[in-house]
Amino acid sequence: MGSRASTLLREEEIEEIKKETGFSHSQITRLYSRFTSLDKGENGTLSREDFQRIPELAINPLGDRIINAFFPEAEDQVNFRGFMRTLAHFRPIEDNDKSKNVAVSEPLNSRTNKLLFAFRLYDLDRDDKISRDELLQVLRMMVGVNISDEQLGSIADRTIQEADTNGDNSISFSEFIKVLEKVDVEQKMSIRFLH
Amino acid sequence: MEEFWTLALWALKVWLYLIVGLIMVPAMFGFSLGISETYMTILVNTLEWATLKIQKVYAEDRALKASSSNGLIQRDDGSMEKEFEELRCSRLKQPVGGDFTLSDSFYFTRRGIESIVEDEVTQRFSSEELVLWNLLTRTNNDFQFISLRLTLVYSLGIVVRYCILAPLRITLACIGLTWLVIGTSAVGFLPNWRMKFWLSEWVHVMCYRICARGLSATIRYHNRENKPQKGGICVANHTSPIDIVILCNDGCYAMVGQIHGGLMGVLQRAMVRSCPHVWFERAEMKDRHLVTKRLKDHVNDKTKLPILIFPEGTCVNNTSVMMFKKGSFEIGATIYPVAIKYDPKFGDAFWNSSKYSMVSYLLRMMTSWALVCNVWYLPAMHQQEGEDAVQFANRVKSVIAHQGGLVDLQWDGGLKRAKVKESFKEEQQKQYSSMVVGDDSSSSD
Repeated sequence: MGSRASTLLREEEIEEIKKETGFSHSQITRLYSRFTSLDKGENGTLSREDFQRIPELAINPLGDRIINAFFPEAEDQVNFRGFMRTLAHFRPIEDNDKSKNVAVSEPLNSRTNKLLFAFRLYDLDRDDKISRDELLQVLRMMVGVNISDEQLGSIADRTIQEADTNGDNSISFSEFIKVLEKVDVEQKMSIRFLH
Repeated sequence: MEEFWTLALWALKVWLYLIVGLIMVPAMFGFSLGISETYMTILVNTLEWATLKIQKVYAEDRALKASSSNGLIQRDDGSMEKEFEELRCSRLKQPVGGDFTLSDSFYFTRRGIESIVEDEVTQRFSSEELVLWNLLTRTNNDFQFISLRLTLVYSLGIVVRYCILAPLRITLACIGLTWLVIGTSAVGFLPNWRMKFWLSEWVHVMCYRICARGLSATIRYHNRENKPQKGGICVANHTSPIDIVILCNDGCYAMVGQIHGGLMGVLQRAMVRSCPHVWFERAEMKDRHLVTKRLKDHVNDKTKLPILIFPEGTCVNNTSVMMFKKGSFEIGATIYPVAIKYDPKFGDAFWNSSKYSMVSYLLRMMTSWALVCNVWYLPAMHQQEGEDAVQFANRVKSVIAHQGGLVDLQWDGGLKRAKVKESFKEEQQKQYSSMVVGDDSSSSD
């Protein structure tokens, strides 16, 4: 398995992914071997079922929303490039990331991009707004059958009230940022990748 | 032409005499001529040399060396409660109506992504990644040209493994298995005297010894005083069907299992003639009561051999122990735990049954360097008062994991094929809900 991983991934590809995502060379090759071991169809792409086969993800209340984040255009397959792009949101922010990429576009693991990832988990219909209904649905995924509709409704109402500044009864991305401005997003939405 | 055939015949004869003289006879009586020990010493030295050679090259490349640790990420295993406390420290607790913030999803998101990068279960079903190369291409991360000498040794290794070891081992395995069928069938015709049990055991152990030599198995048994006794159940962690050969080298067990077709079926039918194994038809296997009853009957008959069971129910790659099925712990017999740990340096013993067939797996094993493993017999265990079968199973499992240096996992090995139960997700939801509304009483509101 391992030997296949490095033969199929060309050096130029690794360089491109490195530039785009900021992952190191060895991280990329190792994530590639993880990618191929998840790829049960052995066709170089992952499907939703491939993700659902990970038991720990299958029992995650937000598992389906997380899987969905790997398929931004509602396609049904994701290739290694796309897989890495999504994972890159969870790289910790390093000091040299900030200075190096000022002139270029914002890195995938910036605070804003991390927040955008979280925002999209709630934004089911991708209209860049979290409506009361969407919030309720995501809340229901998280709590299961353990909280009554009534109580969940009041939680949703209160959350929207707190965040909503323009009175449209939904949360836009800028309102989302404002509400979470005190939260340590950089740390809470990062995974410690080893070198 | 004539001469060629006489020569070939002569070579074949010598070959067989050598096998019989140097391997079969020692195997029959259970002593060793020290050939395999010499082979192992040479092997260990060669591998160490190759490792050193590779390390020298890698020492110049710091990044590569750092990557030799196996993990991809570092997780912090804080409890859900603690994580949410941290997430909420920036805001006041809501006195009424439930405590929720939009950042609560961060916890689940991070956990989810972590499990995509690295998870506890799926990687147990693929071959263990080695830190260092063992001169076998298949267990290596990638073959790289390092030095001419190393490449030469590697090629020599291929010649030795495929042209000398493989034919020898295949011959041995064939002899061993044929012997098993003939021997056990013959013993089966004898009347039920004490002699029969003794002969049956001898034939079994002898055949397994020949087969073990066919895999160049070097097995170290520890704490032999704890060996499973008659009327008990021996439970062990499961890596491959070879586990049976390993354990039976040191004594006989009654097997439990399903009747197979083909080669396995022939073996099973022959074996059951000489000694009472517990085989089930496929349909019977579904009937839990019948299975339990037959096992109980077997255990209660103190003249019968201890039963060998692998309660994980599936092969795991020998880095961890997965959930033990509770069936064998419900019978109430004495449990003799056994931990088996293979040394991955000499060849990968794990049978990835969803990827390789039995025969191709055995061929892979026979072209590996050797099979080195440690077997620990652990003190007998009994179900304690007030302990149910599941708790007892978990206790036995953690003892085995601890002794074998394996990771003790709660996950069900059945996940190799089946999907995870919805109830695990509900548990997470319940835990989270109790944090949102304060306590569990919310569900009744």
